[in-house]
Amino acid sequence: MRQRPVFLITMLCFGFAFFYIPILSMMVYSFNGSRLATVWGGFSVKWYVSLLSNRQILKAVMLSLQIAVTSATFATILGTMAGIAIARFKTFRGRTLFSGLITAPLVMPEVITGIASLMLFILMAEYIGWPAQRGVTTVTLAHITFSMVFVSTIVHSRLVQTDDSIEEAAMDLGSRPWQVMKDITLPVISPAIVSGWLLAFTISLDDVVITNFTTGPGTTTLPILIWSKVKLGVTPDVNALATIMVCIVGIGITIAGIILTRAEKRRDLDAQLAYQANK
Amino acid sequence: MSPSHHDTPLERWFHRRGWIRITIGTPYLWLIFFFLLPFIIVLAMSFATRTPTAPPFSFGGENPVLNFAHYQRLFSDDLYIRAYLTSVANAAFATFLCLLIGYPMALGLTRVSRSWRNVLLMLVILPFWTSFLLRVYAWMGLMGSNSWFNKLLTSIYNGIVPADWALRYIPMMNTNFAVILVTVYSYLPFMILPLYANLEKLDFSLNEAAMDLGSRPFRVFRDVTLPLSVPGIIAGSMLVFIPASGELIIPSLVGSSSRPMIGRVIADEFTSARSWPMASAVAIALLVLLVVPLMIYTYYDAKSYEKQREEA
Repeated sequence: MRQRPVFLITMLCFGFAFFYIPILSMMVYSFNGSRLATVWGGFSVKWYVSLLSNRQILKAVMLSLQIAVTSATFATILGTMAGIAIARFKTFRGRTLFSGLITAPLVMPEVITGIASLMLFILMAEYIGWPAQRGVTTVTLAHITFSMVFVSTIVHSRLVQTDDSIEEAAMDLGSRPWQVMKDITLPVISPAIVSGWLLAFTISLDDVVITNFTTGPGTTTLPILIWSKVKLGVTPDVNALATIMVCIVGIGITIAGIILTRAEKRRDLDAQLAYQANK
Repeated sequence: MSPSHHDTPLERWFHRRGWIRITIGTPYLWLIFFFLLPFIIVLAMSFATRTPTAPPFSFGGENPVLNFAHYQRLFSDDLYIRAYLTSVANAAFATFLCLLIGYPMALGLTRVSRSWRNVLLMLVILPFWTSFLLRVYAWMGLMGSNSWFNKLLTSIYNGIVPADWALRYIPMMNTNFAVILVTVYSYLPFMILPLYANLEKLDFSLNEAAMDLGSRPFRVFRDVTLPLSVPGIIAGSMLVFIPASGELIIPSLVGSSSRPMIGRVIADEFTSARSWPMASAVAIALLVLLVVPLMIYTYYDAKSYEKQREEA
């Protein structure tokens, strides 16, 4: 006997309204013909047209993608190593410090990571001469550092959940530990590696604070460009840009969701068929 | 099995210990150089003296090697104490509101049908994948004095209060209220998702048993569901409180500049005032603020890990 939870459903509706009204309002106002961003001046797509011909924005998008792909790839390699190290190697010298180092960046306020990295890069330029000036290199280095710990968290939790009896069996059958790692462990955790890469990619693509501190003149990523525009107030072309970004993400997530739901349904169906066949 | 005789010494080293050393050593060295070292620089810098050179600091000189002046200023200058208190108050208030809105939402998610649940969960996660900056920006559009939202709220307000209290618009931008509102908006998924993960695992038959024995729904919630969901509440609250107290983007865009939060003070000290030592001292103070919630979080996290392992 279940009652309809009226209060909970109301709260859900209220919550989703809270989530989506600001975004929808922003999307509607991206078609605003008026220069004043908050006063409606008729329907127009002129902000989209001017956006597509804006060289600066296209350049920033390309730079952001370039930094995100590079840093996500390095972060995935380093983060996977770190996840394996902490999950599979139970004793090594400095393990406590190591486990602290792979969790601290997760909770470190971005402002602090930002000024700390900036001071490091300035001092490096001063005393070792590399990287000579701040720009793509320094931003990428900073992004690798704070996104690799997200990858290692995902890989670690995946390794903790998987049964290591297959690895032990392979070891008993005479495989070398490295072969076991390469042929069994890495394929088993490959979904975690993929989602780690995607997360690192998204984090890098979205980062404002750390990029703002570690970037140099001429290196303007998309979030930094938006940041500098948004600081001056609400403008219709940012509304248009935001609408495009939200739509791309929305379509991507919806497709992923449909694929996942289908897979789940198929699994349920298979389970049911198997159950009936065995009856 | 021992390595075969055809191996070169390098291969033998690799197979015996080398690959393990590489796996541990590479991320270890990376984090020491790019995370621990910068952190040590911040700590050391907080005891340095500001100078007009480049880089703008020195150790020694007029002061002894360790200069405590910046920590003294933390306690003597109103600005820092107020920023500290504003940050704690804003973050705590936002966390509380997230809990108030997020808890019923998470509970509601466990009560809807499975196909609806997947769709709704996706709708919770979707804003999380869109740019953080743009989520803050969306509220800037709503809160401005000319926006439809502000006009709507103003007309509701003017309808309720006596005529001589009427306002032309409600001042929302550049206030602490705006900071709290946008923080709740931005971090609500961090509250809902751990709560949902916790509530989903609860055994609904306990509720049914209590209901069958004649408890009213609210009592069942208070005596059964709520106590069992404490780990989820703690996890969600810390995931909101910790980043919210060090937030920089939200107070910079919608916050009041006369009552800044601590994250903004750090950034301003560093960039506008060009005082690396002072910025570092404030940063260390912010970390001290975060130690207590972090310890609570780690404690409960370790406990839930243990529980998972026991169940497995």
